[in-house]
Amino acid sequence: MKNRWIALYVENQVGVLAKVSGLFSAKSYNLQSLTVGTTEDESVSRMTICVTSDDITFEQIKKQLNRMVEVIKVIDLTNVPLHMKEILFAKVLNCTTAEKEEVFQIAQVFNVQVADIGTDSVLLECKLTERRNNELIALLRSKYKRIEIVRGGAVAIESISTSCR
Amino acid sequence: MDITGRKLFVRALQEEGVDTIFGYPGGMVTDLMDELYKQEGIRLVLPRHEQALIHEAEGYARATGKIGVCLVTSGPGATNTVTGLADAHYDSIPLVCFTGQVPLNLIGNDAFQEVDIVGMARNITKYCVTVRERKELGKIIKMAFHIASTGRPGPVLIDLPKNIQTEMGDAQYPEKVVIRGYKPYESVHVGQLKKAYKILKSAEKPLILAGGGIHISGAQEALLYFVEKMKVPVVTTVMGKGALPAQHPYYIGNCGMHGRYAANMAVSRCDVLFSIGTRFNDRITGDLNEFAPNAKIVHIDIDTASISRNVVVDVPIVADAGLALEKLNEWAEPKKTKKWMEEIRAWEEENPLTMRRDKGMTPQMIMEGINQSFEEVTLVTDVGQHQMWASQYLEYGGKKQFITSGGLGTMGFGFPAAIGAKIGNPEKPVVCITGDGGFQMNMQEMATAVAEGTPVIICLLNNQYLGMVRQMQQLFYGKRYEATCLRKRNTCPADCKGPGEACPPYVPDFMAFAKAYNAHGIRVERQEEILPALREAKGYTDAPTIIEFIISSDELVLPMVKGGNPMSEMILK
Repeated sequence: MKNRWIALYVENQVGVLAKVSGLFSAKSYNLQSLTVGTTEDESVSRMTICVTSDDITFEQIKKQLNRMVEVIKVIDLTNVPLHMKEILFAKVLNCTTAEKEEVFQIAQVFNVQVADIGTDSVLLECKLTERRNNELIALLRSKYKRIEIVRGGAVAIESISTSCR
Repeated sequence: MDITGRKLFVRALQEEGVDTIFGYPGGMVTDLMDELYKQEGIRLVLPRHEQALIHEAEGYARATGKIGVCLVTSGPGATNTVTGLADAHYDSIPLVCFTGQVPLNLIGNDAFQEVDIVGMARNITKYCVTVRERKELGKIIKMAFHIASTGRPGPVLIDLPKNIQTEMGDAQYPEKVVIRGYKPYESVHVGQLKKAYKILKSAEKPLILAGGGIHISGAQEALLYFVEKMKVPVVTTVMGKGALPAQHPYYIGNCGMHGRYAANMAVSRCDVLFSIGTRFNDRITGDLNEFAPNAKIVHIDIDTASISRNVVVDVPIVADAGLALEKLNEWAEPKKTKKWMEEIRAWEEENPLTMRRDKGMTPQMIMEGINQSFEEVTLVTDVGQHQMWASQYLEYGGKKQFITSGGLGTMGFGFPAAIGAKIGNPEKPVVCITGDGGFQMNMQEMATAVAEGTPVIICLLNNQYLGMVRQMQQLFYGKRYEATCLRKRNTCPADCKGPGEACPPYVPDFMAFAKAYNAHGIRVERQEEILPALREAKGYTDAPTIIEFIISSDELVLPMVKGGNPMSEMILK
């Protein structure tokens, strides 16, 4: 069992997201995250999907996706060099001044922006990899009583091949 | 010149060569019905319930090889087709189902008879879509017919809002359509096929497993040639029954849960399992760890997702069964299989497939009577014990076609599917083998059968029970017959262990039922009455005949493998 990544080109139509996400619940596949947006071609959407599965199930997932009429292309990104980022907002609440200082330091170490600040709260805006975001959340959770998290799911794109540079 | 959506709807059906449509009216399809009234050439069949309607379309499609076309209204009309869509999806039956829908501007308002049928049908159709713009209508219908009938066939649903039906738009029905996400396999990978052939060639105990894909692809003759040339024995799934003629020396029988002992032993002992057009359903494999444990497995199927899903295969080949077999036939050379065949024959002799013959009429005798009575016939079953007896004892292949609900196991399928088959092939006799439970799930269709002049012969095996479940209760649940006795009334004792003198009379009286619908009824209680009854039924060409066979409640479907057990562990007695 491990995390695997798929880029999925689909028709930009009503119901396609429901159909794709429905597959994961119908067949009991373990969906970690799914993001979707239109591409350079407005009739096409691209999804970035993360699933946790074994090898055999993953093959099956790709085949099941591939045979959907609305799916144009399935790309397995699992072992492909890629750029991946996830947007994350983390609000730390009920902080003392010292704690706010500390949040600033954490922001510096994790290389994330401080997007907003209040008398007893700090808002961090992070564009990190999913794993790095997980680490940041774990750290904030261990240090502060009240935090508020909203995250967007990862988007990924294949790296530009070295031969093209 | 522009035309209305309803006119384009009929034009599309005509262009697709549709000759029959199964339709039930309602508020959101009145325009389409009105347009059908104005044309000639498309027959509209009016069933008595939408579930039966879609099963009729399935029977029609299976019997003719054409696409079954359904037209139902929104809301309950649409939801009643859900079981049939799932059934067709499982058994790869090409259907195009039009559902009426409330006008686009009312969708989402919980309007009268509004349901999100596309949302409900998404997982049980090959493709389903709501037409949102009049200009898309022609393209979508074209897509539907293309998708339903190509690759692995299946049901397609088109949801047609009322305003689209009346809106003016392009009169053209496209001749072809390009769908960028849909590219069914139209060739076969010769390298992989060669690899598969070599494995088969080198086997000492080769076995072919033929599934329903053989029938869908029309590959029966190619398979026959391959088998005779290579001299390799064949087992089938329930859906594959008839892929090879029943009496063929290389045909062993069905494998799986209620398969022949010799067939399951052959699967368990073979060293190469050459499978074509099957999904390796759990009823075929049993315990996956013990399935064909010594065999290298070749799997040919049109559906990529069916390959290496349930069993891990050594050589996967995505291809149409007929195409692959034709290629294989170019190479086929005889193999030495005499010893292996003798081994299989010894298993057959050890535990032949047969029922007792000493007291009274058994299901086997009824099936043998049907075998003797028809040279050419479409045999349609419902779901349950009778279905398994029909799959064990009826002879298929050649001019004897078998239609059954395999994947979904839909009770209530048999009778309407038989009507649909008869409508598709009026010249060919149709026999519906059914049980007293399943028949009652759609017996209102007697009205359809009478009205449409479809004289199907209904062989109703009445054991007064939901026999397949009763069998499990008898074998695995200490004879606690909960909710399976169809004679039971609320006055019966709670701990009833089986029928006796004090039982209330069975309802309905199927003879009176036949009479009520102006159909024919014959009741058979003894073996010697079987053939005369079938002969009499064949004589009635105006209306259906119910032959009610009164059989013992104790008859079991044997052999049997308990769900999840290895196929070599069969309950034989």
